[in-house]
Amino acid sequence: MNWIINISRRDFLKTGALIGGGLMLGVFPRYDEASGEAAATTFAPNAFIRIGTDDTVTIIVNKSEMGQGVYTSLPMVVAEELEADWSKIRIEPAPVDPVYNHTIWGLQGTGGSTSTWTTWDQLRKAGAAARVMLIQAAAEIWGVDPLTCKAENGFVIHPETKRQLSYGKLTEKAAQMSVPQDVLLKKPEEYKLIGKPAKRLDTPSKVMGKAVFGIDVKVPDMLTAVVARCPVFGGKLKSFSDKKAKAVAGVKSVVQIPTGVAVVADNFWSAKLGRDVLETVWDEGPLPGFNTKKQRSDYAALAKKPGAAARKEGDAEAALTKAKKQISAEYEVPYLAHAPMEPLNAVIDFREDGCDIWTGTQFQTVDRNSAAEVLGLKPEQVKLHTTFLGGGFGRRANPHSDFVTEAAHVAKTVKEPVRVMWTREDDIMGGYYRPMWYDRIAAGLDENGNLTAWKHTIVGQSIIAGTAFEKMLVKEGVDETSVEGAKDIPYDIPNILVDLHSPKYPITVQWWRSVGHSHTAFVVETFIDEVARTAGKDPYEFRRSLLSKDPRRKVLLELVAQKAGWGSPLPKGRGRGIAVHKSFGSYVAQVAEVSVNKDGEVRVHKVVCAVDCGRTVNPDTIEAQMESGIVFGLSAALFGEITFKKGRVEQNNFHNYKLVRMKHMPVVEVHIMPSEEKSGGVGEPGVPPIAPAVANAIFSVTGRRIRRLPIRAEDVRSV
Amino acid sequence: MISFDVNGKIYNIDVSPDVPLLWVIRDYLGLSGTKFGCGMAQCGACTVHIDGKARRSCRTPVKDAAGKKITTIEGIPDDHPVKQAWIADDVPQCGYCQPGQIMEAIALLKETPNPTDEDIDTVMSGNLCRCGTYQRIRRSIHRASKMLAEGGKL
Repeated sequence: MNWIINISRRDFLKTGALIGGGLMLGVFPRYDEASGEAAATTFAPNAFIRIGTDDTVTIIVNKSEMGQGVYTSLPMVVAEELEADWSKIRIEPAPVDPVYNHTIWGLQGTGGSTSTWTTWDQLRKAGAAARVMLIQAAAEIWGVDPLTCKAENGFVIHPETKRQLSYGKLTEKAAQMSVPQDVLLKKPEEYKLIGKPAKRLDTPSKVMGKAVFGIDVKVPDMLTAVVARCPVFGGKLKSFSDKKAKAVAGVKSVVQIPTGVAVVADNFWSAKLGRDVLETVWDEGPLPGFNTKKQRSDYAALAKKPGAAARKEGDAEAALTKAKKQISAEYEVPYLAHAPMEPLNAVIDFREDGCDIWTGTQFQTVDRNSAAEVLGLKPEQVKLHTTFLGGGFGRRANPHSDFVTEAAHVAKTVKEPVRVMWTREDDIMGGYYRPMWYDRIAAGLDENGNLTAWKHTIVGQSIIAGTAFEKMLVKEGVDETSVEGAKDIPYDIPNILVDLHSPKYPITVQWWRSVGHSHTAFVVETFIDEVARTAGKDPYEFRRSLLSKDPRRKVLLELVAQKAGWGSPLPKGRGRGIAVHKSFGSYVAQVAEVSVNKDGEVRVHKVVCAVDCGRTVNPDTIEAQMESGIVFGLSAALFGEITFKKGRVEQNNFHNYKLVRMKHMPVVEVHIMPSEEKSGGVGEPGVPPIAPAVANAIFSVTGRRIRRLPIRAEDVRSV
Repeated sequence: MISFDVNGKIYNIDVSPDVPLLWVIRDYLGLSGTKFGCGMAQCGACTVHIDGKARRSCRTPVKDAAGKKITTIEGIPDDHPVKQAWIADDVPQCGYCQPGQIMEAIALLKETPNPTDEDIDTVMSGNLCRCGTYQRIRRSIHRASKMLAEGGKL
């Protein structure tokens, strides 16, 4: 049987779409075909807006939609200034072009919780410029002074004469107007959309199952490949035999690529079965005996030595020696996989003169350029189409474009349109983890219980070393992303030392939602809690008393304490824990309410969360992102762990890389602090405070300090 | 030849009987709303209805679907109370797991039209959401339950 599945001719006729050599259903248009027809009849004043004669306003969004709501919040910003009719807004993912570059990074990409604040001025100006041109066009048609016209809800109106023209009717004329250089932007009190909860524009397609993710893209005659990679990081292929794999029905070819061996078939299941029986011999490289236990003891030894200083104020060593009371602790957190629900994938249609790539990526420019290099094309010959992302969390912003580059190598070899798919096992075992960290920390208290010294040594791999971002983010041996959240500890302490060791290992590491903060907040916010208790003080009041230099954080802490009823009685067996952290320009404070059963199982009942992210765009999205961050952080706190034995990753799927499920879900209450401060991010800042809030709550119930993640039953049981 | 009904349409396919139903639905019927998440019935992204019951299509050999009635997310009407509740609560974030969540929720409400939070925990804990939309899913199931009590149809 050549085909695993043959659709009968009757079915073919019925659906009219299934053919023998490939699958025609759900064919995804190339960018040119999708947008080409529009050009003649639209008003496109800039790269972000296209208004059709049918009044449709298409917003071209240069940020990837991975759940964080940018396909709604960014259009809101444009539509606000454009005075557009919100019901006429449509979205189109931006192609790759310098005009769509991140305003700070200088390349097209989404991450670092930066989408809203870095496009804030750019998109408002784009909307306002279009509005001015539409008003100008209407004024010319009517022969009136533009200053006597106004724009509202998709119309230009001349109130004196009660005339109006819809934007669609003005497209031709508006296209002839010159683009204004300076535009008057609206005042916050004039906002109709910004700052008010809006329905997500992508919800209906996602609910109906029609949203197209990378994995859903199909092009005619597309093949599917899965790749066998070395099970030990840093290893490489020695030899392989394709005999058994090629005998699997549907398998077309077995090809060697730099990352391993690709089994190419006419459908996913055949490719997977082919890989199951593929025979490979690996040179396991430098790590065949590598294990987590040994790495941990190496890290613990390093943590006792001085590292590269990230912050030095006063003399922490001397102050510790002088202190009336010294408190010290060691912390450890493991490698973590991002595990987005949609496994990684990319579709590449490579031809002599060009190439189309469809993928859910956070890193368009890097991916396009990397693919071009592999394929021997100029970057502009490669068209990259951004689909919906079934989760990103940083994994889909790979500085080495790992999953796109690999797909390009397969495409180059097979010379037919090909989709490279990762299985869940490939994802969990495939590296680019949040690094494992080991922290050694000490604090000193004087005779009055005042905090006089703080010494924090951090050990862990740099995610930035060896990437194009090294020059920007590694300063004097300190990877800023390794120490963020620790270096900027906000508490009033006269003597502070934060230093860093960045050991090198072939295990690939990468930013993971909230990056360095994902571990520093846990260490800093549990240790300050411990210091407070040791000083005989309430952990909330203690923090509050040390925030003289950070009033914004202090006020937020007060808000969360008030909303959570800090200090009020709880049912027996329950305890509260508090944490506050600043990341990505936003402050988040959380109070967790927790109980522990006799087996040491932790139940988080409720989380009260307060966020100050400055000026808001879509409060509903902010609330959703706080809930999301809490669940993401809770999965890491309760379950998440990637470990190694004999060089191999010990976890491979969701049964042993566990995530929070419905039954673990606490009630989450979100309070947004009203603010006119500059916007911060919201995609990541919800993550860092939850682990320390839960750990501190566990202490208040059990008297046990949690110093390693994930939280283990043996660390929790009451003493 | 294996014959089954998908969303009201009869298919007769010549197929290796052990191929998971998920890949028949996705790669051959071209219905991409049903998602691949883990391949071992751990995440629920591939949930479909087989004769009205929620099943993980990634671990269902296609032979087990022979002669059965299969419903995917595309076979649920747009005005279905669960879909409408999901829209009202803006449940999805990345959205990838949501077809599976919706199929599981519909099956839950068929068995238990007025579920408690505990009922929801029991049935919905097989469906992972990495974005953490659980609170909204819970809210939306209660909303759909209310819509059903007020005359909406499953």
